[in-house]
Amino acid sequence: MAKLEYDKNGRLMFTKEMKEEYTLLIPMMLPIHFSMLKSILQREGYKVEILETQNSNIIQMGLKYCHNDICYPAQLTIGQLMDALQSGKYDIHKVAVVMTQTGGGCRASNYISLLRKALDRAGLGFVPAVSVNFSGLEENPGFAITKKMIYEMANAIIYGDLLMALHNQTMPYEKEEGASQRLVDHFVAMLNDDFAKGESMGPKAIRKKMDEIVDAFVKVPVHKKNKVRVGIVGEIYVKFAPLGNNNLEAFLLKENAEPVVPGLLDFLLYTIDTGIEDYIRYGGKLVKPVVTKFLMHTFIGIQNDMIKAIEKPGCFHAPSSFKRTKELGGKVIDHGVKMGEGWLLTGEMMALIDEGVNNIVCTQPFGCLPNHVCGRGMMRRIKTIHPDANIVAIDYDAGATKVNQENRLKLMLATARKLQNS
Amino acid sequence: MYKIGIDVGSTTIKCVVLDEKHNIVYKSYRRHRAMIKEKVSELVTMISRDILRGEKAHLALTGSASLGVAERFGIPFVQEVVATQIAVEEYPETIDVVIELGGEDAKILFLTNGVEVRMNGTCAGGTGAFIDQMAVLLDVSVEEMDKLALQAERIYPIASRCGVFAKTDVQPLLNQGARKEDVAASIFHAVVNQTIGGLAQGRELKGKMMFLGGPLTFLKGLQKSFTDVLKLDSNTGVFPENAQYYVAYGAALYAGSEQPADFAALEADMQSAGEIKQYEGGLPPLFSSEDEYNAFKARHAKAVIPEGKLEGYTGRAAIGIDAGSTTVKLVVIGEQDEILFQKYMLSNGKPVELVRETLQEIYTVNPQLRIVGSAATGYGEELVKNAFSLDDGLVETVAHLTAAQKMMPDVDFIIDIGGQDMKCFKIRNQVIDTIFLNEACSSGCGSFISTFATALGYSVKDFAALGLYSKHPVDLGSRCTVFMNSSVKQAQKEGAEVEDISAGLSISVVKNALYKVIRATSAESLGRHIIVQGGTFLNDAILRAFEQEVGVEVIRPNIAGLMGAYGAALYARTLQQNSSTILDAEGLKNFSHETTERVCQLCGNHCKLTVNQFNNGRELIAGNRCERPIKSQDKNFINIQYNAYRYKRDYILKRKSEKGKRGRIGLPMGLNMYENYHFWHPILTSLGYEVVRAPFGSRDVFLEGQATIPSDTVCYPAKMMHGSVTHLIQKQGVNKIFYPCMPYNFDEKISDNHYNCPVVAYYPEVLDANMGILQDVRFIKEYLGPHNEKHFVKKLQQTFKQDNVSAKEAREAAAIGYQQQETYLKDLKRYGKEAIAFAREHNLPIIVLAGRPYHVDPEINHGIDQLITSYGAVVISEDCLPLAKSKFHTNVLNQWTYHARLYSAAHYVCQQPDMYLVQLVSFGCGLDAVTTDEVRDILEKHDNLYTQIKIDEINNLGAVKIRLRSLFAAIAQKNRTKG
Repeated sequence: MAKLEYDKNGRLMFTKEMKEEYTLLIPMMLPIHFSMLKSILQREGYKVEILETQNSNIIQMGLKYCHNDICYPAQLTIGQLMDALQSGKYDIHKVAVVMTQTGGGCRASNYISLLRKALDRAGLGFVPAVSVNFSGLEENPGFAITKKMIYEMANAIIYGDLLMALHNQTMPYEKEEGASQRLVDHFVAMLNDDFAKGESMGPKAIRKKMDEIVDAFVKVPVHKKNKVRVGIVGEIYVKFAPLGNNNLEAFLLKENAEPVVPGLLDFLLYTIDTGIEDYIRYGGKLVKPVVTKFLMHTFIGIQNDMIKAIEKPGCFHAPSSFKRTKELGGKVIDHGVKMGEGWLLTGEMMALIDEGVNNIVCTQPFGCLPNHVCGRGMMRRIKTIHPDANIVAIDYDAGATKVNQENRLKLMLATARKLQNS
Repeated sequence: MYKIGIDVGSTTIKCVVLDEKHNIVYKSYRRHRAMIKEKVSELVTMISRDILRGEKAHLALTGSASLGVAERFGIPFVQEVVATQIAVEEYPETIDVVIELGGEDAKILFLTNGVEVRMNGTCAGGTGAFIDQMAVLLDVSVEEMDKLALQAERIYPIASRCGVFAKTDVQPLLNQGARKEDVAASIFHAVVNQTIGGLAQGRELKGKMMFLGGPLTFLKGLQKSFTDVLKLDSNTGVFPENAQYYVAYGAALYAGSEQPADFAALEADMQSAGEIKQYEGGLPPLFSSEDEYNAFKARHAKAVIPEGKLEGYTGRAAIGIDAGSTTVKLVVIGEQDEILFQKYMLSNGKPVELVRETLQEIYTVNPQLRIVGSAATGYGEELVKNAFSLDDGLVETVAHLTAAQKMMPDVDFIIDIGGQDMKCFKIRNQVIDTIFLNEACSSGCGSFISTFATALGYSVKDFAALGLYSKHPVDLGSRCTVFMNSSVKQAQKEGAEVEDISAGLSISVVKNALYKVIRATSAESLGRHIIVQGGTFLNDAILRAFEQEVGVEVIRPNIAGLMGAYGAALYARTLQQNSSTILDAEGLKNFSHETTERVCQLCGNHCKLTVNQFNNGRELIAGNRCERPIKSQDKNFINIQYNAYRYKRDYILKRKSEKGKRGRIGLPMGLNMYENYHFWHPILTSLGYEVVRAPFGSRDVFLEGQATIPSDTVCYPAKMMHGSVTHLIQKQGVNKIFYPCMPYNFDEKISDNHYNCPVVAYYPEVLDANMGILQDVRFIKEYLGPHNEKHFVKKLQQTFKQDNVSAKEAREAAAIGYQQQETYLKDLKRYGKEAIAFAREHNLPIIVLAGRPYHVDPEINHGIDQLITSYGAVVISEDCLPLAKSKFHTNVLNQWTYHARLYSAAHYVCQQPDMYLVQLVSFGCGLDAVTTDEVRDILEKHDNLYTQIKIDEINNLGAVKIRLRSLFAAIAQKNRTKG
């Protein structure tokens, strides 16, 4: 059995022995993407489980173990982990919990600390909490993300973004119910195989695979219908996680709309990009400038490949590139706004409108600080530039009820239909 | 063919039937008491039989509460805003803006120049339901409240953000004896302010306005408030006939575009569907059987305090009066601490009258009663004490502890849930160790149940009893009452029974107390010897829910609602007097009580004082923020000179500006500017600008910018910036404003990073994007980072390039700025030393009032600093203390400069025997959810007391006073035990 080892501040570390014995529990955010990330981690020798639980005990656990005024995503992710630990499903002496840490100026950088406090309160202080970050914040002897993994993860993310975009554009129109979901499942399984093998994939191979995926979706028989397209932006967790946004995508589909969800890779690019923007504003040392630029260049390259692949058949809408999103965002807000989703959130709203998606749901956890600035704070200016923009801000938290959220969404949809008909 | 629209709001159901020519042939408006399916079904049946007689008709439902019914029976649904829009389009004149208030919703529709809709956010509660609650609080019907409002003479500031907040303002006003007429009008004004401030979000309300919805149809007082505040006349303000039917009317018009419905079939459908319930989930029941309930009752029946007979009692008696927020409790005890007399009354806003009547009753029963002591406690302590010449008063926490120890000497945890507030405290070594009071946002849980019962048409008792036998209590979570309203709506939509809702509310009250106020994680952490009290625990459902949740059998004294009064009586006895100064029967006969108003002149706050005058010249001042107007008359009162908050304000005021070669430049006052002023002022002065400083915050300044605030849940200090900027431009005439974005703060080398919070960092962006007025001036919101001096100089020059600032000028200015900033911080430390020395010389407690630089603002802190000094303590701030020497370990990521100081100060305080940390927290501050726990941890590890005060727009310091007085009582007690 692995020994419990602590660093000089008394933080329980994830050791090399633990890597052999322990299972990493990870809260779910994006089903397609996370499934591939899991494959990569498994290939590197980690035991991994992505939590797909959705029960009501999760938020109860979150409220019980977190400060009630902390952001909803913290309550949910920590609640999901605590719920899992107390479910009896796992040997609690053989699991570790995982949380991301951005290192930015928003509260999210503190989720890992709050998770540890929660573990202590629950008498589970012996469960290691592993921080996933790219800022060198906390280190663990048994957990490391290598450069190869970063590259692969970016690939996994771009595949995820691609599948998500194609699925959202096909599924609302498919003639045979479930056809596009089957394709998603098929390709995820195939890609997981690839990642499990660990064969490094060059840009050319990736392009080929993307074309293959797009072709398969082109072939799904669809009805020609003019559905209302609705963009989803917001704080990263409630934007993507069905647990966080009360199954927003499913609701929109049920209401006969087509959800348009800007991808995850942009967020990754945005976090890298902020280092450069900071350097411009405040000087100092640019963190590993060569690496940063190389990563930017590579990731932007594969995103462009994805966009080209989607555009090729002429029947799909491609998402805006990171560069375009950044440019459009800059018309409304300064690129120096880098806490939380920062200018990216504003940029995504502008990019959606630019793509012809005037209807936007801006999801935000109740009381999210960066969103006061880049979400709600910028809507007036966006509407001045685009008077037709139909943006609805929806608050998510433990006390917000679905009926109120849905009522607001219905209003947005009614306005959308009116705009479409006029 | 007929067109029918049915509008189901949160409390009422409206129906309109139109003929071919759109004439209304039938309309109805009634409360649905949460029985939505039944009421819709009734309407369908009635229309089908009496109007349609077998014909088909177009039908549409609208209103969020009808979503469930519409889905279930396949009836067309139209979103209510769309319905409203359709209806208003039929109006003969062009309407620019529609303002609609419903039971729980508030909406603004901008119809011209870009259609836009605003609906109240999840946080903005107070609307129709809020007005109902307030009427209950005033003990009048809504109609009476409306009439009262029309006779108002003055308007009190009442927080306009959310219902619960407003309630915390209103209750103390009533307790202080404010006129009901004025309070009623103030409530309506708060609704108007909320509509403008919370809903309009930066868009100006202008043009022809139409007002819709129940409250705006029926309440003339509310109409008047809107007309007054928005400066409308009979032409621009449209209050249409049948305004309450507009939405239903719109739905009927919309129905015309849908397939006609077969009413006979629908009628049958709805009636046969009656028994099916969608609602299944829920929590475990409170009691699984009648037997279990009986055993529970028998167990609790044992916790009794002995009683005696008042009539003919000849021993030495003492009287305790607990004037709570919604109730008045009075107890007379005898020599054996037995209860001779007890009374529990709803105060209905007139506590003084009730106490007078009760005393008269006591004197009638026993005219010879020998009273040796009398004491008052609770919100109305001062009022009752002065009115009836009681011997003493004590803070309610201490009163409760005294009573609890009588019942259970080894009590280690007391929880008291009253009508408006919760008080919990842990006891260690017979001393109050930690106090938990509910924050303003979760208060009112007890009275919430009663208002909810009333709204659903039950008495409180019946409503609570229903919950005892619920099979599946609704899971309503642990949130403040406004959120619960929506959760209840959701449960109703899913078909939950009233029993389930009742039980669910009881469980919620308990969860609120445990997880929101106490933040308990396990029963053990609360202690093993628990006493529960307060009127709310008289409700068996709540008591049961509490025991279930904590897993301990607790004691509820038979006088659970009277413990405060009993404790006060016990305390009065310890005064060991021969006779009490309490008014006797003769005194009561001549008793009179009048209230007048005046403005306090003792400091710049200029509080509006309500002066209660009683016969014999006794008087009581209320409405004061600090104790000075009361204590300045007391010759033993030392006016403490050491208050770091005042020192900081004076420091700002001391900086003078002269005319400069580069003209005038405005600095808004708020957020980080409270500290960085000492950096920017010298820099700008050195660059040759005349610095124009916006005034400190005030209610008036806030109102100047209120309409441009885009996010109603952002903190009050941020909201104030809108007013500050407006003031600079409109009142101070500047055409250049300097307010840089600062994600990074100075690096004081004691933390992992040195950020500002996201709101402080980027608020200039929000102002820029939302304040049209900034288009007319030069707004400099450059990104500047003071942590890197070399780079900063370069950026500074770039920032003012337009004004031809040279590199040399920038370098010199920056040097002066850094030096002045340092001098300021050094001066604070020096001041801190002096203050501490003074305190130690005079044996006074030292309060480290910790927060952020902007908590120095007199409007943001509501004068709490002065309140503390008036209690006889010295006030310093965390930056008056020596900083940690280097980085130190924290359990959280220590990445914000201001917060690093906070943690450092907390560590320092732990080393000092006479220092106590009080943390000011602005409502909505996300970061403080992280910091408060960490600070509490640090202090409690060293057995130090931690006090947190949440502040917002609320102007009333009732709860703050309880906290502070409890803190001082605990300090005194600690010092006593230490000897």
